[in-house]
Amino acid sequence: MKMKKIASKLALTAGACLLSMSLYAADTIKVGVLHSLSGTMAISETTLKDTVLMMIEEQNKKGGLLGKKLEPVVVDPASNWPLFAEKTRELLSQEKVDVIFGCWTSVSRKSVLPVIEELNGLLFYPVQYEGEESSKNVFYTGAAPNQQAIPAVDYLMDEMDVKRWVLAGTDYVYPRTTNKILEAYLRSKGVAEKDIMISYTPFGHSDWQGIVSNIKKFGNAGKKTAVVSTINGDANVPFYKELGNQGVSSENIPVVAFSVGEEELSGIDAKPLVGHLAAWNYFQSVENDANEAFIKQWKTFIKDDKRVTNDPMEATYIGFNMWVKAVEKAGSTDVNKVEQAMIGVSTPNLTGGVAVMNANHHLSKPVLIGEIQADGQLEVVWETDGLLAGDAWSNFLPSSKDIIANWKPPMTCGNYNTKTKKCAGQNY
Amino acid sequence: MTVSAQSDANLAPQTLTQRFSALHELRDKAPLFLSLLFGVTLYASVCNLYVPEGSIFHVSTYTITLLGKYLSFALLALAVDVVWGYCGILSLGHGAFFALGGYAMGMYLMRQIGDRGVYANPDLPDFMVFLNWSEIPWFWQGFDQFWFAMVMVLLVPGLLAFVFGWLAFRSRVTGVYFSIMTQALTYALMLAFFRNEMGFGGNNGLTDFKDLLGFSLQADSTRVALLICTSVILGLAYVLSQWIMNSKLGRLIVGVRDAEPRARFLGYKTENYKVWLFVYSGMLAAIAGALYVPQVGIINPGEFSPLNSIEVVVWVAVGGRGTLYGAIVGALLINYAKTRFTAIFPEAWLFALGALFVAVTVFLPQGLMGLIKRSHVENNNVEKT
Amino acid sequence: MRRLYLTLFNVMLLLISSHLFAANEPSLDGLTHQLTTAKLKQVPHIIEQLETQGGERMLPLFSAMLAGELYYRKDDSRLVHAKKMESGNFSLVDVITAETIGDVKKKTIKKVRVNNRLRTQLRSVISRLTLFSSDRDTREAAIKNMLNALNEGNIVLLSKAKADEEDQDLLVLIDTALSLNDLLNNAEIEVRLAALDDLSNSLEPIVKSSVEALLEKDDDGNFIESDVVLRNKAAVVAEKIEGKVGFYSFLEKLFFGLSLGSVLLLAATGLAITFGVMGVINMAHGELIMIGAYTTYVVQLLMPNAIEYSLLVAVPAAFLVAGFVGVLIERGVIRFLHGRPLETLLATFGISLILQQMVRSVFSPLNRQVETPQWMSGSLEFNAIFSITYNRLYILVFALLVFFALQLILKRTSLGLNVRAVSQNRNMAKAMGIRTEWVDAMTFGLGSGIAGIAGVALSQLTNVGPNLGQSYIIDSFMVVVFGGVGHLWGTLVAGFTLGITNKFLEPVTGAVLANIIVLVFIILFIQKRPRGLFPQKGRAAE
Repeated sequence: MKMKKIASKLALTAGACLLSMSLYAADTIKVGVLHSLSGTMAISETTLKDTVLMMIEEQNKKGGLLGKKLEPVVVDPASNWPLFAEKTRELLSQEKVDVIFGCWTSVSRKSVLPVIEELNGLLFYPVQYEGEESSKNVFYTGAAPNQQAIPAVDYLMDEMDVKRWVLAGTDYVYPRTTNKILEAYLRSKGVAEKDIMISYTPFGHSDWQGIVSNIKKFGNAGKKTAVVSTINGDANVPFYKELGNQGVSSENIPVVAFSVGEEELSGIDAKPLVGHLAAWNYFQSVENDANEAFIKQWKTFIKDDKRVTNDPMEATYIGFNMWVKAVEKAGSTDVNKVEQAMIGVSTPNLTGGVAVMNANHHLSKPVLIGEIQADGQLEVVWETDGLLAGDAWSNFLPSSKDIIANWKPPMTCGNYNTKTKKCAGQNY
Repeated sequence: MTVSAQSDANLAPQTLTQRFSALHELRDKAPLFLSLLFGVTLYASVCNLYVPEGSIFHVSTYTITLLGKYLSFALLALAVDVVWGYCGILSLGHGAFFALGGYAMGMYLMRQIGDRGVYANPDLPDFMVFLNWSEIPWFWQGFDQFWFAMVMVLLVPGLLAFVFGWLAFRSRVTGVYFSIMTQALTYALMLAFFRNEMGFGGNNGLTDFKDLLGFSLQADSTRVALLICTSVILGLAYVLSQWIMNSKLGRLIVGVRDAEPRARFLGYKTENYKVWLFVYSGMLAAIAGALYVPQVGIINPGEFSPLNSIEVVVWVAVGGRGTLYGAIVGALLINYAKTRFTAIFPEAWLFALGALFVAVTVFLPQGLMGLIKRSHVENNNVEKT
Repeated sequence: MRRLYLTLFNVMLLLISSHLFAANEPSLDGLTHQLTTAKLKQVPHIIEQLETQGGERMLPLFSAMLAGELYYRKDDSRLVHAKKMESGNFSLVDVITAETIGDVKKKTIKKVRVNNRLRTQLRSVISRLTLFSSDRDTREAAIKNMLNALNEGNIVLLSKAKADEEDQDLLVLIDTALSLNDLLNNAEIEVRLAALDDLSNSLEPIVKSSVEALLEKDDDGNFIESDVVLRNKAAVVAEKIEGKVGFYSFLEKLFFGLSLGSVLLLAATGLAITFGVMGVINMAHGELIMIGAYTTYVVQLLMPNAIEYSLLVAVPAAFLVAGFVGVLIERGVIRFLHGRPLETLLATFGISLILQQMVRSVFSPLNRQVETPQWMSGSLEFNAIFSITYNRLYILVFALLVFFALQLILKRTSLGLNVRAVSQNRNMAKAMGIRTEWVDAMTFGLGSGIAGIAGVALSQLTNVGPNLGQSYIIDSFMVVVFGGVGHLWGTLVAGFTLGITNKFLEPVTGAVLANIIVLVFIILFIQKRPRGLFPQKGRAAE
């Protein structure tokens, strides 16, 4: 009981930890939490901050780590990309945290990257992303394109006989890269160029009339058509609304999305979306004991029975548990030791299997395809047989097909060119 | 009433002569201000490089980069004050010049990466490699030369300011209209830079810089050098701006602010003065951007966002416009508060910031410096009567 | 692991059962029972058998399954049509016997899973079973479904249906389907040519793509269709269809533009009052729109059983709430800033930050779910390729209504007279005994209230979240400035001009570039005509 009190107090004072820092110094392990609490990304990132705090509370209840209590240090980078770098420096050099859980957007990670490599910190990045990166100091617990985009396309091609493809995305690096990979992949499967339509829209695009009408025309050409959507967050609601209103049903033209999960759906009237698809590594609706316990824990922690769980939360959960395991294995929080100990660590995931950290700092995960239900949940309609190892460097991009990442000696490189036998782009 | 086409002349019930006497007072403050600026810079630099880390006198690299950032912002605020405080031109688009300057510097830094990028391509920056660009686009040519990049830092924003100002002032677009047009300008640029086809790295912008003129950006000495550089340039800009404002030209500019038609009737081509002042201000903002980028390590289209530009105006308003040092103090104060309070009370911070804007505009139309000056002027008035 | 065994076990069961039933056809009971145990991949086969054996009797089962409301009871695997009730319980009806079973807890039943493939199959099964339905719309849906999935069985059914059909439109549809079948599958060239003739008036997308397919070449560069006469005729027909399609897509773009224009108009009308008439650069305008949208959300929370009418309540509610907030802002801040327009900008920007954060604190930073009433969903179909979505249509009409109502208020009421008097000459108005303070508060309240109304409309189109306002503020200013400050008609013309321009540019340049071009155009236009499209004349202009 006392533990719980302390733990809840910890969570409460998390925001004010700058002041209370001296009280806990030395006999705690500091965990940095670098998620935007204000600004445009607060919508998604606040949830992950709470997830980390919940995991820390739980770990402290179990008696902490290496005999020490975990102490969260929460900062707010305010959805401002330069501020991400600045706050990282603050966490590492002022607060001396041992590990950071944080970032959502790719640009925030890119902004943090030079700092975390310079100061030799440790970052766990929990969101699906475009790949093309493997840093010694970062562990990527979200999906790489081969763990989300490619299986989704496979599903549509094999199970639904889709012949024509619309690749619709927001104009930023994740959709651009993903669509490049998918385009190359589809072409390699014999899809003709005229059967692929690519369209980009700005962030927060709200007027989808023209684009949806184009999709409709494209899809009416007689062949089964699907939309692969990498449309980002806010723009999704008007997009799906327009689809529904223009009568594009999931049976005519299914949309498979990579950025729409339970949390995004909780803000939408999901009825017109029923049957559209999403590809993730986790769905709240997956039934097993671990997941049930996690959902219950989350609802208790957040004191809201209606809150949902989602894939980035699972990625945070896996990342946190792996870090705990690796620290125990290394017997220290020293970044170099933990980094090596991380490779090969496996922890249970929430979909009834195990997650394994590979030598390229990416996870092996199952891939699930779900159909959106009227209550905003996703029901699994297809899943991969086993685990898929995350591929840091896509084989479908000409620029990266010869590059591999392996942080085990003797290679110890995130960026090794198998043709030139050289390790490039390292900051140390 | 309808929107007044005139600049907001009625700052406070002051006469012109009072203002000029206030202006003259400021000249005395320059040495004080400069010695304070350089003193802090020097102290921080020495204590970062030569005092060992354990010591309580040690200044961390984190503080150095923060200081560098604040001073770049201060220079930006100075640029806004020059046009707004002295000429009544409220630009809500100075972020555009700042960001363009930053991009020019960023492009140089990108070219310096050379084959140390993740794809080890000696010519193309990483983002071009993975978007399958085959060669460096024409507008990236020359940016591998430092001098060229520096010329561009001044030239591109300067040209934009000139064209925009020339078009706007010549057709007598003033006051509110001008403000909204500058906002549209920076918004349009933001949308444009977000596009990946533009060839500026889209949303990710430019990042992962390695070195500047051969010095590693990750070395403490480089950081200190950049801070000193920023500090010196800020000092120079301050002195130059004050010199301009105290010259005959400066008085004319204030005259244009307070009664443009009258200045025009007196035979001055007011639009020319405004255009050149706007260009000068835009260039100052661009230099601020160029100094900002190597110190924070990233430049992306977010810097163009209209909100940022409005925030700069608020720094100036809080500090007190039309004083130059007021703008600098405002920028430093608010940014420091931002750093401190976003860490402690992220939620309350926006409330506080919002309330501050309202309070300052309603109760302190001349900002914090105005508060000090007002008491001064009141004393003088008492003496005179 | 356990799951694997279970699925293996299921598969074996199925194999065994299909073997068993192979000899003597599986009974309906057996088949329906299989639905509860089979894997998704086996379900299509079961449905086929159900159709052939059960026929129309299975219709309730298929419909329930299509709607995702087919469940089975866990204890006896009885298939039921389950509807969720407000209490959270489910009311059950047996799908075979139509017997009402009553309410049960969710735990006692389990859903029969469906996916897109099954839904497609179910829809075509249902269309076969309902082709002779007495309801016209049901028949129409069935025929349309068959048109897009022509096969021998369907053709036989359609030919049969043709004899019974009396509705002219449906007859045309059936003929289209039969002609299309002739064109594609008939061996005689005369029949095919005649079919092409019949099809030349059809706008169905499948017809267009089928005709165009006749003109395609294979990989070796040879025409797939060998007959030259047919090809030439197909080319003529394709061109004719293309012409019509082009015309309708022009109409469509025009409507899209009008719709975007109406959204801009709605968002800007309030600003045209606060900015245009009062001269306040109201940066909190977007947040007042946001308040309107959140009011809609709260109204829907308060009346969960009457979502259909919620918008009718939300409009006046949002007007009052946003108007009240507007009056507060005017009394609390703006009245101290008269004659300092640029400073109202800073103060209202501060207010916008406060309002945004307040919404975050009260409603959480997550987007809120605002439901769309039935009458706002779907679209009004003119023909197979041209339809107008109801929500946009209503919002277009609504925007115009609001605009003209505002005109009436300004031109015909005493408040309007006062507002115009104060805006033209404050001191004179004061001298004439107008309570200028009161008029200021009311004017600002009116503008804010209209922003609130805009929020109700926008809640039907986009996200309801703390950032809602920010995305419209710049556009709103552009519209007002472009139209001419202080000129309501200018705002109307500007809104529609920008909307239509944007939508006609979009297909050519892409959405982002279209936005940029429009912005640059406005910037240049304002340099040319600093007072906008319709400058105010006379003394008020200075």
